[in-house]
Amino acid sequence: MSAETQTAATERRRFGIRLSAAQRGILLAVLIFGVMFAVYGWKQTVGLTPNVINTAANKGALLALVAMAQTLPVLTGGLDLSVGAIFVLANCLASAIVVGDPISTTFGVIGVLIVGFMCGALNGAIIVYGRLQPLIVTLAMGAVYFGVALAIRPQPGGSVNFELADFMTRSTFAIPHSAILLLLVVLVIWLPYRRSVLGRSALAIGSSEQAAYMSGVPIERAKILAYSLSGLMASIGGLLLTALTYSGAAKMSIANDYTLNAIGAVVIGGTSLFGGVGSAVGSIFGAFVMRTVGDLLIVFDINPVLQPLFVGIVLLVAVSLGSLRVLRIKNKLDLYR
Amino acid sequence: MAESGVGPLLSMSGITKRYGGVRALEDVSFEAHRGSIHALLGENGAGKSTLIKVLSGVVQPDTGTIELDGEQVQFANPQDANDLGISCIFQELSLLPDLTVADNIGITRPPRRFGMIDFKAQRRIAEEALALVGGENIDPMSTVKELSLSRRQMVEIAKAMARNPKILILDEATSALTAADVEKVFAMLHRLRKDGMAIIYISHRMHEIAELADMCTVYRNGHKVETFKAGTKSDNAIVEMMIGREYDSVFPPKSDSKQDVDPVLKVRDFSWQDQLNGINLDIRPGEIVGLGGLDGQGQKQLQLGLFGTLIGATGTVEINGQPVSITSPKRAKSDELGMALIPEDRKGEGLMLPMTVRENLSFAAIEKVSRAGIVDVGAEEDAISEIVELLKIKADGIDGPVAALSGGNQQKVVIGKWLMTKPRIILLNDPTRGIDVGTKQEIYQLLQKLAAEGAAILFYSTDYDELIGCCDRVLVMYDGTVVRTLSGDELNETNLVSAALNLPAGTDEADLAAQAREATQ
Amino acid sequence: MKSFDVIFRQFDRATLIAFACIVVLLLIGALAEPAFLSPQYLLQQLHTASFLGVVATGVMLVILLGHIDLSIPWTIGVGGMMATGAVGFLGPEWGVTLAVPFGILCGALIGVVNGLGVAYLRAPAMIFTLGMNAVAQGLMVYHTGGFAPQDRATPFMRELTVGHLIPGLPNPILVWIILGAAVMFMLNRTTLGRQIYAIGNQERAVFLSGVETRKVVLICFVISGACAAATGVLLAGWANRSYQAMGDPYLLPTIAAVILGGTNVLGGRGKYMGTVAGVILITILQSMLSVVQPQRYFAQLGFDLPADTFRQVVFGAVIIAMLLIYGRQKLTT
Repeated sequence: MSAETQTAATERRRFGIRLSAAQRGILLAVLIFGVMFAVYGWKQTVGLTPNVINTAANKGALLALVAMAQTLPVLTGGLDLSVGAIFVLANCLASAIVVGDPISTTFGVIGVLIVGFMCGALNGAIIVYGRLQPLIVTLAMGAVYFGVALAIRPQPGGSVNFELADFMTRSTFAIPHSAILLLLVVLVIWLPYRRSVLGRSALAIGSSEQAAYMSGVPIERAKILAYSLSGLMASIGGLLLTALTYSGAAKMSIANDYTLNAIGAVVIGGTSLFGGVGSAVGSIFGAFVMRTVGDLLIVFDINPVLQPLFVGIVLLVAVSLGSLRVLRIKNKLDLYR
Repeated sequence: MAESGVGPLLSMSGITKRYGGVRALEDVSFEAHRGSIHALLGENGAGKSTLIKVLSGVVQPDTGTIELDGEQVQFANPQDANDLGISCIFQELSLLPDLTVADNIGITRPPRRFGMIDFKAQRRIAEEALALVGGENIDPMSTVKELSLSRRQMVEIAKAMARNPKILILDEATSALTAADVEKVFAMLHRLRKDGMAIIYISHRMHEIAELADMCTVYRNGHKVETFKAGTKSDNAIVEMMIGREYDSVFPPKSDSKQDVDPVLKVRDFSWQDQLNGINLDIRPGEIVGLGGLDGQGQKQLQLGLFGTLIGATGTVEINGQPVSITSPKRAKSDELGMALIPEDRKGEGLMLPMTVRENLSFAAIEKVSRAGIVDVGAEEDAISEIVELLKIKADGIDGPVAALSGGNQQKVVIGKWLMTKPRIILLNDPTRGIDVGTKQEIYQLLQKLAAEGAAILFYSTDYDELIGCCDRVLVMYDGTVVRTLSGDELNETNLVSAALNLPAGTDEADLAAQAREATQ
Repeated sequence: MKSFDVIFRQFDRATLIAFACIVVLLLIGALAEPAFLSPQYLLQQLHTASFLGVVATGVMLVILLGHIDLSIPWTIGVGGMMATGAVGFLGPEWGVTLAVPFGILCGALIGVVNGLGVAYLRAPAMIFTLGMNAVAQGLMVYHTGGFAPQDRATPFMRELTVGHLIPGLPNPILVWIILGAAVMFMLNRTTLGRQIYAIGNQERAVFLSGVETRKVVLICFVISGACAAATGVLLAGWANRSYQAMGDPYLLPTIAAVILGGTNVLGGRGKYMGTVAGVILITILQSMLSVVQPQRYFAQLGFDLPADTFRQVVFGAVIIAMLLIYGRQKLTT
């Protein structure tokens, strides 16, 4: 190291711990969640028993997985309105094929994951090669995926391999397995992705697609991979739902709820809706915040059906905050494009 | 300097590039040697930017060859040029605002470990690149968004250096740098030259070129004028080389400006951010006042400010003696103020391309042919016919999309749109850029006609012929202020160019001729 | 000849294709069910179509600007529930007389917030209206206390949906015709209409031409909200009450109808007659799917598929197909 870079390194140590914007977002989400959960636990009549934690973790993990799925397209500057539908599709498919002996169960699980991945890949392909806007494409494809889910489960029903379901949803030494599942997804999918060229490319695209193009970033492959992994994670969520409910149900309200709440979770977790900044880890905590709000509403005797109001306000506030830069514009012409 | 016995690292010959009818480069040759800094000089549109674009793979030449170290090469895109060791730093940055400096520097070919990005190695590379550039106090882990513009330019330069180029091109790359950072970059360039890199440098700042360059080449009108050793020609001689174009445009006679009438537009001490500094301006009815100077000295901002799009501008503006506050284009367009702006980018700012010529023409003045919000189609038709005839817009395309028209006709539509509002003050932002000669003539005649009818015109142009041929007075801007006002006999190319470069005033033709004679003796 | 010319200009290529598709679809359907071509059936289809037509009118304006309105589902809900519940706000007398205007006004208010967010805060329309949809849902849930709404429709609302002001012509169709004619006039003959198309094409140029673009955007969102609420009012009148999630089934068909009618999803292009054709096309498609029952065919093959599956898949696929044909984005650079 030359003398110059040595000074630089010393200077940096003086900066102390430096947090990226994404890390700051995660910290905030963790903080909010911590406070809320503490209040929730305090208000519980039975206290924070392992059972209570397990239930909370399972419910939260469902949304967390869909929220992680939503994070990737948002990082590229898009939005995926079909995550809820892929979630439901995976749920229904799992209730049909994740059954029987260990071998067929395993194949069933693999099948569900592949279907989720392919749904995402299809989204990505249409967006990239059709050169269409992600919002409308995923809105329309969501309908298609939901239709397929309906075809599989016209009526709620089906079943699932009991051992697997039980394993996925119970706790060991008070640690919920669903939480471990989340950790695994982070370690096996998110972190390697974030450190990969295509993963970083996704952030680059969201930050400035023009500059990314000029810098030779592989835009097409990065986008398709982002949407594919999104579908994969949504299908993991669907699998977990099947494990929890022992059945599959194709309800439009479920799909829409999860899609909307996932967007809220992504925002609370510190990911910018404009793309380029954020992390799936933050979305996990954002999801838990969203879930805890619902529970807190019950605990404080407020009608929990007001959850959508909360999500809506969160979205509006988040979007408006992002638009505050508008106030700093000094040339009105810059407001337009 | 250049090693004897070793050929040039880069050799371009016979390069021609035409855009439609416009000759950007005509049979141009260029050589860059190892261990030398070569400066390119010339006015806007002289061809230097196009040459750089060809060299960096952004555009492909129509004819000609490029040789690197004696071997012929071809670039299909910027990546190809990069791979062959040519790095270009443009003025528009290619940085990703939300990513770290290290990420940005390593964005294209990051170091990898087990298939994933090796962030430690990337950071080390970034540190080294930054140190090379003189930016060691830039934290590689900081987000580009947080950095000042000057810092960002340093990162952009570091990014180019990290690819270990053999040829480095800087196209006005120092325009955003603070003085201190400029010094650091220069130190780096001197070091690189010693290490044998070939550097090509474009700048309008004469003192920079004097400090850096070994060789200089002046371009004019797509041709190479001369290549010479730096320091062997005076500033004025260089200016002479940059101008000296054939006068191929004939301009209509200027109308008598009414000197004794009060100005219709009076601007005092107009300032905005750091881009406009205390501008004073008067325009009388019937006058065509020009704005000159290099690109980006505030001319566009001045026009936009007068038209009401700038927030936070200070100073006073009076129209017909009344102080006014122009808060929006709508206000500027109003009957009370009567202003019109022909914007710089006709495709993005002047026209709605997919809509018909008819719809575009009547757009700004639509209220004049409507009652209570409902359009009187008959009145609209009459008004359109009038304008079409006046401007001689090709009539058979009127109901087709304006996108189908030629550049010249499109510009006529933009002008026609505004003429329908019967403006008294007309602002024009480089209206004849990229337009054929015939239409240019028509526009010049139109301007004189409008002036004769009493309009007050502010005409920004990057074409010196136009400024001289059309304007009664020209205000030359540099760095947001008016550095010189030229009129009458003083209004000539030499003065325009030297004022634009902010050279000291007082050099006239006789001085230049004397200096030129001295230099050749 | 001039009036013929005016009529001719209402139809662009996409509109004609859409109308052609309607005819083709009817003919195909007639092969399975001859009743498809009967006047009663066609009138019934127009009746059903008018509900969709009213909301699609408003959404078309927003899409013409280059934006989108995802708050339709619950704005429809707001319209219906506020109209049936007006008595609770305005008292027993005024609540009945002003039920319909009240419901529509509430929808317009949602439009105001959308417009302020999109035009003045420059928030992306897709996310802002998505958030507003959730807020509207929350407010309506709060209003009904989480239970199914109990309010009944007023007699006028009933009359509006089942009555015939003009003998033989159901009122909803009349409402759609009046609204459509007004909007078509606005788009073609007023300065506002010109400005709407222009903004969808190049907002920057419109601003520099001295137009208050933000006001225009606000107005369009208000109209969109009002139209959606109006559809809610009609739906509540039809069912004689408002009900949970009454607007949810309308989001996708509305967007599909507007896009099928040739309105460019990026804005700036599209004829109202195209939207009319798109609405009718979607309605007939939906109706055909329920009558022809492709699931019977699949059931013979051993697959037990619900009718809804086809509706969903078909809508989604149709939108994608139309987008690929009509709505491509520019490449970056």
